[in-house]
Amino acid sequence: MNFPPELKYTQEHEWVRIEEGNIAYIGITDFAQSELGELVYVEVETVGEDIDIGEVFGTVEAVKTTSDLFMPLSGKILAFNPNLDENEGDDPTLINSDPYGEGWIIKMEISDPEEVGTLLGAEAYEKLVA
Amino acid sequence: METTTIKSIPLQATHEALGAKMVPFAGYLMPLKYSSVTEEHKAVRNGVGIFDVSHMGEFFLSGPKALDLIQKVTSNDASKLKIGDAQYSCLPNDQGGIVDDLIVYRTGQEEYLLVVNASNIKKDWNWIKSHNTDQVWMEDVSENAALFAVQGPLATQVLQKITDFDLSTISYYKAAICTIGGVHQVIVSATGYTGSGGFELYVPNQDAVQLWDAVMEAGQAENIQPIGLGARDTLRLEMGYCLYGNDIDDTTSPLEAGLGWITKFTHPFINSEALAAQKKEGITKKLVGFKMIERGIPRHDYALCDEAGAVIGKVTSGGQSPMLEKGIGLGYVQKAFAKVGTEIWVQIRKKRVKGVVVKLPFYKNI
Repeated sequence: MNFPPELKYTQEHEWVRIEEGNIAYIGITDFAQSELGELVYVEVETVGEDIDIGEVFGTVEAVKTTSDLFMPLSGKILAFNPNLDENEGDDPTLINSDPYGEGWIIKMEISDPEEVGTLLGAEAYEKLVA
Repeated sequence: METTTIKSIPLQATHEALGAKMVPFAGYLMPLKYSSVTEEHKAVRNGVGIFDVSHMGEFFLSGPKALDLIQKVTSNDASKLKIGDAQYSCLPNDQGGIVDDLIVYRTGQEEYLLVVNASNIKKDWNWIKSHNTDQVWMEDVSENAALFAVQGPLATQVLQKITDFDLSTISYYKAAICTIGGVHQVIVSATGYTGSGGFELYVPNQDAVQLWDAVMEAGQAENIQPIGLGARDTLRLEMGYCLYGNDIDDTTSPLEAGLGWITKFTHPFINSEALAAQKKEGITKKLVGFKMIERGIPRHDYALCDEAGAVIGKVTSGGQSPMLEKGIGLGYVQKAFAKVGTEIWVQIRKKRVKGVVVKLPFYKNI
């Protein structure tokens, strides 16, 4: 199981990669994809919306189960990874094969940078799922 | 309060060495998956897979009154069984529902083997025992017996390598006792719950590892795969087979569940009069199979609706079909919506997603 140290994590098994200008990429962790199994599709219909921390922004559907996706931080959803979108690349198994890279789910703009302090570091997250 | 302990199956170490993800199920630690559910599923549909289903329960009933007891507690007609025959059946309760579904084998002149769901072993035992008024000998061998299912179009080819018994002589829902993989007295049964053909092997715990290893070795050329409970569920769902606890339970009528074919009014059994009356009056809801037209995956307990959004039923089993690559499900609907071709809608979170009632099985393998 892989927990890149440069990322931040949530108890809901999402990861956050923070870039310049309060931009962040969000995905689900290696642990989450392994628990879910092969993904069938990802639904994100909230692009352009401002959503609060902890609220649902989408859903992942796996062969055996389904799970909501929660905002790790408040902000505006700028994009849904086109490679996961059924209208574009449509390969949700990228989340299984490369959860922290090609399998990113959304790009967002953080509205309240102070919330970043609520996220977990790699070590704390690894302990959580151990 | 009752404390629950996790019981172990003989092959736990074998599964762990194969990389299985083990999960507690019905009080046993069982393999959920080894690789991925879809890969395992396709291995069974296209080749051969082996399942450890040793958690299943096995009871022997014997003596001159054994058949009478079985005829009283099961809905199918066990008087039709010749030695070596198997029969799918259910244990109706006295409230219109089902205690469990099971397989009844006739293993001797006056001896029967009942194979029941792991989660219901205690409930079934107590239920049957409470109706055993004629001192039929009952023995619960669940803790001493291992059970492997070797399933798929190449199952016979693999197993034939390790037995002298001509497996082609065992037809569907029949069983024989043979030596296989060097293990004597294995019950080899042409059953399974996958719809891909193959056999189930009943073996005492002490011989379980030897038999598993022999099958795995024999299947190397056919690329035999170990299969977990995850794919067992998707395989049975693609066939439209009921899973106890999902599609049938203490409150569902066998007639509503589409199990009329194992509800034989040729003999009186528990609640048979009420069920016969239900059959005569007609049922008001029915278990149907449906597949999604629009994108969506039905799941257990999602509501089923008509076009206007009125609730007409409930999903009891659902998932993504690895062969059809579509969402499929089983669910109870009001009778007016049960006809093949009827469009129905699944309430998936905030959306209603269109599906259609289809004929079962969803997928034909053999």
